[in-house]
Amino acid sequence: MPTEIYLNVAVNGLLTGLVYGLMALGLSVIFGVVRVVNFAHGEMMTLAMYATVVAFASLGLDPFLMLVPAAAALFALGYLLQVGIINPFINRPEHSQFMLLVAVATILVNLQLILFGPDARSVQTSYSFDSFLVGSLIVDASKAYAGATAVLIAGALFAFFRFTVIGKAIRACADNYTGALVVGLDVKRLYALTFGLGAACVGAAGVMLSLVIDVTPALGPAYTLLAFVIVITGGLGSMPGALLGGVLIGLTEALAGLLYTPSAKSMFAFGILVLVLLFRPQGILGKRIG
Amino acid sequence: MTNRKLGGKLPARTSLSRRTFATGLGAAGIVAGTSPFSIVRAQGAALKVGVLLPRSGVQAGIGQDCHRGVEIAGDILRGLDLPPLEIMNGDTESNADVARARAERLIGEGAQLLVGAFDSGQSTAIAQVAEQKGIPYVINIAAAPPITEQGYKFVFRNFPTAPMILTDAFANQKEVFAIAGTAPKAVVFMHVNDTFGTSMAKGIGGVFPKFELPYKIADTIAYDPAARDLSVEVAKAKATGADGLLLVSRLNDAMLLTRELVKQRWTPTAILSMGPGWYEDQYLKTLGKLADGPLSFVPWYDPNKKLSKTLEAALAKAHPGVNLNTNHIFTFEALLIAADAYKRAGSTDPKALADAIRTASIKDNVSIGPGISFDAKGQNMTLKNAALQNRAGKLVTVAPTVAANAKPELPMAPYDKR
Repeated sequence: MPTEIYLNVAVNGLLTGLVYGLMALGLSVIFGVVRVVNFAHGEMMTLAMYATVVAFASLGLDPFLMLVPAAAALFALGYLLQVGIINPFINRPEHSQFMLLVAVATILVNLQLILFGPDARSVQTSYSFDSFLVGSLIVDASKAYAGATAVLIAGALFAFFRFTVIGKAIRACADNYTGALVVGLDVKRLYALTFGLGAACVGAAGVMLSLVIDVTPALGPAYTLLAFVIVITGGLGSMPGALLGGVLIGLTEALAGLLYTPSAKSMFAFGILVLVLLFRPQGILGKRIG
Repeated sequence: MTNRKLGGKLPARTSLSRRTFATGLGAAGIVAGTSPFSIVRAQGAALKVGVLLPRSGVQAGIGQDCHRGVEIAGDILRGLDLPPLEIMNGDTESNADVARARAERLIGEGAQLLVGAFDSGQSTAIAQVAEQKGIPYVINIAAAPPITEQGYKFVFRNFPTAPMILTDAFANQKEVFAIAGTAPKAVVFMHVNDTFGTSMAKGIGGVFPKFELPYKIADTIAYDPAARDLSVEVAKAKATGADGLLLVSRLNDAMLLTRELVKQRWTPTAILSMGPGWYEDQYLKTLGKLADGPLSFVPWYDPNKKLSKTLEAALAKAHPGVNLNTNHIFTFEALLIAADAYKRAGSTDPKALADAIRTASIKDNVSIGPGISFDAKGQNMTLKNAALQNRAGKLVTVAPTVAANAKPELPMAPYDKR
């Protein structure tokens, strides 16, 4: 097999992995601060994908123009979910939180089925079929745009948490809940902001993924699972870990498909998860608790 | 489940009771796809037919396309003076376990005959339930050979098995290459790894050597029918240096594969499909001129048959712009078989219905071949394939010569020159 094929496949896997990472970043941010696992994560992503598809089909809006509106809409949804539904469950047992968010996920899937039907829908822009030729390397243009945007958004999110007052306050809540209360932080509001930010992340990832894959309501649960695999591999609660996990899973799927058999792509991704759980349960960049 | 009535003459009364209405209304959110109410006639009760299709999930597009065959069947069956059918819709959700549960539920709700389910895995599950419960089951589309090799007494298939499809496909390919004067030298065989895909892959090993085709199979690549990204698969196929693709795919993956071929700047000499996807309306409409060129070797309809023209006209009226295809043809014929059996059996007794199906001899039908009849295993062995090519958003028949309305165009036009 020609050597450039390995490079081609690896680059494609890397770019897909970056978008996966952005999606999982939202899940990791929410868990890292609010300590609630968002089991409706993939379903929220498909909401953003449908918004992109509808805006493109009805108004001719390029998906990149939908980045900010979709992220803002998902931010609002996440904020309202946290304030209205999740906050009362914060101190309840984990299985209650689990059932609550599974219920939210089921409602979202069925709403999407009612509104959009089960058919796969896609965005076919003028650059949907473009690719860049760099020497013998062929890079899918849509994946390149999506991967680059994912890096930019992840960078902006890191900067927000590191350099802004609100970001620091959110980190304080994550580090020491009681301490945050003592110094007068409005923890519930900060939780809502965090959930909103996580949802905005997955919204942006959804917009980017609509360039790469077709959307169906059934996609949500599959991507919720994928997000879990990524954040557990990278380290639940670790933002760099989520990105790393995404890239690792993207690369693994791509190279496993090439070197072994495409049918076994997911098997290798889950194989990595099992190895991480066995030998580094906190994830590659996660912190050991207790 | 939603119940619909098909066939029969003018109504003495509709059988839409408050309970039926409430049941249908309640299920409307669950079951996608509806058919307009036809009319129930007074002469005898309608035969309750459970139609199981993948109306949601990864095969939803195809399942809903099959349902169009159900929608247009009522008036045609009435025109053939066949007794009415009460359609009970079931959604398999593209999942064999769900198919099994839905079949049990439909039988529990009174279905006297089952039809479906497009997919071999789902049809296998339904066949087990039908045989266990003693309810006749007419398979519309499913090619895995074992379904009719189990000694079942209540299972019938009016669709070719994988070896039948392959045998016809390779014969048609030789014909196409001879007319076109060109052929690929090597192909990569890419197939979905579901029951249908693996049955076809197994069949190729036995059938391919008998035909002395001009190409060799350079590599075989199996992939998940629910795959979201097929870039690796296409890259791997391209790297073999083959100049053709031999495919057994579904609809969504056919579109994904085409996109990847364009992005990876590879136009094979020929795309030879031996399954669904590449000839379907959604494929043609979504991809526009990029959809032109692939050849599909599939069970098809004989355009010269009278009932084919009736079916074509009914589909054009109900769904303008939708091309008649395998999904409509074989779903319609499954209902035709049910109505014909009910008429001859004169009873809803499952055994009488099964006996009537076993002795069916329907000459006025749609699919290519002498008509509908079943062997001792419940298989219609007389069905034939056609070779279709996508041209400017339409389908033309290029083989067999007796049914052809165009000549094949090979090699395919490069994607970047369209």
